[in-house]
Amino acid sequence: MTAQTGLQPDVRAPSKGLGRASSAERVTGKLFEVLLFACLGFGLLVLVVLLSDVIRDGLPRFNLDLVRNMPSTRPLRAGIQSAMMGTIWVIVTVAAITLPLGIAAAVYLEEYADKTRWYNRLIELNIQNLAAVPSVVYGILGLAFFARGPLDLGGSVLTIALTLSLLVLPIVIISCREAIRAIPTSIREGSLALGATRLQTVRRQILPNAIPGTATGSILALSRAIGEAAPVLLVAGGLIFITSNPSDLLSQATVLPIQIFNYVGRPQDEFRTVAAAAIMILLLILLLMNAAAILIRNKYQRKW
Amino acid sequence: MTSIPYGGRRPGPGTAELARSLRKSSPRVGERVIEGLLFLAALLSVLTTIGILVALLGGTLEFFREIRVADFLFGTTWTPLFANGSFGVLPILNATLLITGIAILVAAPLGLGAALYLSEYAGQRSRKVLKPVLEVLAGIPTVVYGFFAISFVTPSVLRPLLGEASIGIFNALSAGLVIGILIIPIIASLSEDALSAVPQAMRDGALALGATRTKVARKVVLPAALSGVIASFVLALSRGIGETMVVVIAAGSIAQLTLDPREPMQTMTAFIAQAALGDQPVGSLGYNTLFAVGTLLFLVTLLVNVISIRLVRRFREVYE
Repeated sequence: MTAQTGLQPDVRAPSKGLGRASSAERVTGKLFEVLLFACLGFGLLVLVVLLSDVIRDGLPRFNLDLVRNMPSTRPLRAGIQSAMMGTIWVIVTVAAITLPLGIAAAVYLEEYADKTRWYNRLIELNIQNLAAVPSVVYGILGLAFFARGPLDLGGSVLTIALTLSLLVLPIVIISCREAIRAIPTSIREGSLALGATRLQTVRRQILPNAIPGTATGSILALSRAIGEAAPVLLVAGGLIFITSNPSDLLSQATVLPIQIFNYVGRPQDEFRTVAAAAIMILLLILLLMNAAAILIRNKYQRKW
Repeated sequence: MTSIPYGGRRPGPGTAELARSLRKSSPRVGERVIEGLLFLAALLSVLTTIGILVALLGGTLEFFREIRVADFLFGTTWTPLFANGSFGVLPILNATLLITGIAILVAAPLGLGAALYLSEYAGQRSRKVLKPVLEVLAGIPTVVYGFFAISFVTPSVLRPLLGEASIGIFNALSAGLVIGILIIPIIASLSEDALSAVPQAMRDGALALGATRTKVARKVVLPAALSGVIASFVLALSRGIGETMVVVIAAGSIAQLTLDPREPMQTMTAFIAQAALGDQPVGSLGYNTLFAVGTLLFLVTLLVNVISIRLVRRFREVYE
């Protein structure tokens, strides 16, 4: 739906029950506004309660030992080092897979694809539908093809990264397309008119100008991948402790959300404290990534 | 043939060179190759879908070789990981629908209210601050919401309110409420887009006829944006159906057929997670059950999405 101005208002709907506002109507009007604000306020309140609950629970264990220690069944020694390293390995791999593929797909769809061809429309529709598939279904895909089945990579860094890559690829493509679409056609026409080929236009005009938007969208997509637990749970399990950091793409790995899930599920209260402290670390990482995304957007975004 | 360089600093191309560039260019094999590679990247998304379908169908067909479809769809006992287990999917389907129902009951009014406030009442500046803050809720990992449900909502809200005896540590209500909270931003954000897209002239017209702001919001803007609002509900619904971590952590792992939200329940997604955690050997009935439930989950979300597209078409108001 797009906003259009300067149209005739549709008089059918409002004609019923309109008239000058009485004072009673003004009171109910104000009440209505307050009620609506309360709906919004509730969301914000929950956010505050959630954060303070996590901080209150986790603060006693929020220290360097948490990131220095490996996961352990002894709650006072339990840490998250292997999970943090696992998250870093996984996310770098996901970025290495999804960025080139996502940008390439976005460039194709925006700059090359003939929208009247059925296969291009199919790709387009398909990307939209993939974004609505539950994340746990990607876990099933990863389980059948990457963890077991043909590749049989077990719960390795590569398995987790491949699964999460397929999950966030549609998001990366959609945000890259938006960044490319924001570049005015006159830039393309100017470049082509000067004799540049299509590829030269893409390389020297489109891609450089799309970098800020692409970077912002990609960082947000990667932060989605960092927080995802369900698909990783399926491909890598989540009940056993992994007490060594990954050394290559094929090492068994765990990631922060999985380690948190593991600690939350344990009966002792001390583990809940560790879980809350680990959540603080996870939220801190996500906060930094989001801040970076916003910073890049504000600093480099061009108004044409 | 090399193409003519462009860019402001270089001297412009001479007439002869320009004429050459306007002639039909050579086939440019490199360009075609690159275009082909870019196309392959885009095609990967289609392969993903095919991969999902193949993965789901393979295990599902194996499953139905041993279990009758009717027993699966209409059976009322779900104990697939036991020896001689029962494979009636109704308990976990019921749990999914009940918990998602609770979530929508929470999120629909709150999300729509927030959206109406943002689009009809909030000033430019406060909207610029409030909307992103609300969207932070959508960026919090779901495992954190699971922690919130079990460490705060159940012990500090539900158990004091309803009584320790009547509600356990694991219950469907806390999971439903928390999923409701996590889909508020979806409804608020998409509804706000739909409400903001209603032409300003419609508001001006109603105000000029003497309508109050409340009436404009309720009787002009909301009906005009109804298709978008309903689409946001349905999208949130499909998100709730697929939500996994909250139910795994907070709703327990007992598959029982009940409508009492104070009871522990296992949803379809929670079962998938449990089966995967149990490390079923490839090809075993337990392993294949995971795929059968995955297929059902996929079909339910697909159905919901199709309904959403239908609804949008039906209610769409076309402003010429």
